[in-house]
Amino acid sequence: MEMLQILRADGEYNSKLEPNLRVEDLRRMYRQMLTVRRFNERMLLLQRQGRIGFFIESNGQEACQIGSAMPLTQADWVYGGYRDPGISLMRGVPLKLLVDQLMGNSDDPNKGRQMGVHWGYKDWNIVSLSSPVACRLSQAVGTAYAAKIKKDNMVCLTSFGDGATSQGEFHSAMNFAGVFKVPVIFFCENNQYAISLPMRRQTASENIAVKADAYGFEGVLVDGNDVLAVYMATKAAVDKARSGGGATLIEAVTYRIGGHSSSDDPTKYRNSEELELWKSRDPIKRFRVYLMKKGLLTSQEDRKVQDEVDSELVATIKASEKVPHPTLLSMFTDVYAEMPWHIKEEADELMQEGR
Amino acid sequence: MATQTIIQSVNQTLRDEMRRNGNMVILGEDVGRDGGVFRATEGLLDEFGGERVVDTPLSEDAIVGMAIGMALYGLQPVVEIQFMDFIYPAFNEIVSELAKLRYRSGGQYQPRVVIRTPYGGGVKGGHYHSQSTEAYFIHTPGLVVLAPSTPYDTKGLLISAMRSPDPVIFLEPKRIYRTVKEEVPPEEYTIPIGKAKVVQEGNDVTLVSWGAMVHTCREAVALAAKENLSVELVDLRSLLPFDIETVIRSVTKTGRLVIAHEATKIAGFGAEIAAQVSERAIDTLKAPIFRVAGYDTPFPYALENVYLASPERILRAVKKALSY
Repeated sequence: MEMLQILRADGEYNSKLEPNLRVEDLRRMYRQMLTVRRFNERMLLLQRQGRIGFFIESNGQEACQIGSAMPLTQADWVYGGYRDPGISLMRGVPLKLLVDQLMGNSDDPNKGRQMGVHWGYKDWNIVSLSSPVACRLSQAVGTAYAAKIKKDNMVCLTSFGDGATSQGEFHSAMNFAGVFKVPVIFFCENNQYAISLPMRRQTASENIAVKADAYGFEGVLVDGNDVLAVYMATKAAVDKARSGGGATLIEAVTYRIGGHSSSDDPTKYRNSEELELWKSRDPIKRFRVYLMKKGLLTSQEDRKVQDEVDSELVATIKASEKVPHPTLLSMFTDVYAEMPWHIKEEADELMQEGR
Repeated sequence: MATQTIIQSVNQTLRDEMRRNGNMVILGEDVGRDGGVFRATEGLLDEFGGERVVDTPLSEDAIVGMAIGMALYGLQPVVEIQFMDFIYPAFNEIVSELAKLRYRSGGQYQPRVVIRTPYGGGVKGGHYHSQSTEAYFIHTPGLVVLAPSTPYDTKGLLISAMRSPDPVIFLEPKRIYRTVKEEVPPEEYTIPIGKAKVVQEGNDVTLVSWGAMVHTCREAVALAAKENLSVELVDLRSLLPFDIETVIRSVTKTGRLVIAHEATKIAGFGAEIAAQVSERAIDTLKAPIFRVAGYDTPFPYALENVYLASPERILRAVKKALSY
């Protein structure tokens, strides 16, 4: 199976395959990729300083997030992963809501109920995510099925890592998607590691994309560090789904530059040569070279964008840290639509007696 | 007024609600052309078509996952899990996804899904077709767990379940699917979630049960009456939330409590009822609380009639409570 690539690691590009994107879209994609990179660095720092409890970074996977979100409309739905803050940003979620979620403060639409990076933003059709890695694939199939029978012209994208493909639910969801021919895109960010285990410990298959064959729909292999290729592959899958052509599995081949999470030490299980090789394939660097070659970005403009992104992050963190914790009573709401007697008793006791 | 069995009541209630509510869909294994292995969905495919009565591939996890995704997009799925013993592949989808999605999303997402599943022993099914594992689900914040014991209650509770904003595990007592018959009014009615029913009033001992075991308890109550013992039988119907008021009211009157269920005893739901009564009304008790439950073994095949409590075993517990 051939891997789709438009931008090479050195920024050279295949002009025959270049997408027809507007200049402002290309600039927005670049800015969001930078934002994700700086967001990752900043949030990891906050975790090290004890200002947030936990973080999962996605350095190196910016092209996957930005390229896959780009072809979606606001009406489309996303069941994304914890390594996808960029999908939320691309859909318009304010940066502050991501930071609010990490802090678990009272401005977080999820009301501080989940550990960091478990995003969920209904206003942008981003369904609150789960820690078990493949359980949302069948949920995405259900949403796509509902849209199909309601004759709504929407598609549903679900993203996950290479580790998720080992779960039984990967199989069952792919199988359902094939049988019901629903408008869903399975977007696998193959970052080579599931915590400590390399891809070869997840599957003996030549790649992940080929697995789609078994379910009766198309699998596509794409360079996950090439934002234009990711965009093109996702756009084709979205267009196909929207026109009734059913599901696609996209495997975006990328690399997790950092650890699995803020609690992980990747030097235990992988070597620095490998890391350096993948750093040389950096998705942001090559997109920057591309934009400069096309005359869409100067060094000066680049510096300005980076400064703006940094300032926005600093201001956002400051604003989020001022927001108070959720109230005590908020621990007891939303378990049920109405609070049943046994939870009410517990809430009353806490309110009267304190912790 | 027509007489119906429990399975007929399920079928008619699903059909009526499907007619009233265009967002309702049914999905599960063999629910379409076959009408379900117990025929709960018989005829629904012909009336409502394949988009709304969905025969799925054989995978409980994806059935429940798919139902969640459908519900988030505005459909109201009623899932059939063929036997409660087959529900475990979907356990993660039920306890970590369906049950918790409203809470963990801060109320942004509220999946309305009803999961119907036949449960309980007495059908010569061995342990893969007989267990009563309601306690797993009652132990899960976010779920409503219902267990009717009659055709009338089945209708009223199933309508309540299908209109509930919360996810519901609807346990159908398969042993008595076709043996218990009663008149079921054709018009729409609901039974509120969280309300028990006093099946028979009595003064000496309170007997609490649910599902098919209620009918075994009725026999035990009749046996007790022959010995001039007056037993008050409470059918919980709703297991989560459960009607503690009715139980306490009864225990306050009788001073004695026996709980009978099919499930194994250790950490079975009877233990929770006993603890709640102890915390609230221990000073009214004249005797220890006794549980009559399935033995703490896997569900057996050849000896299931020994495993499941008999009226005589329940009567012995009643007499034991009265011996204090």
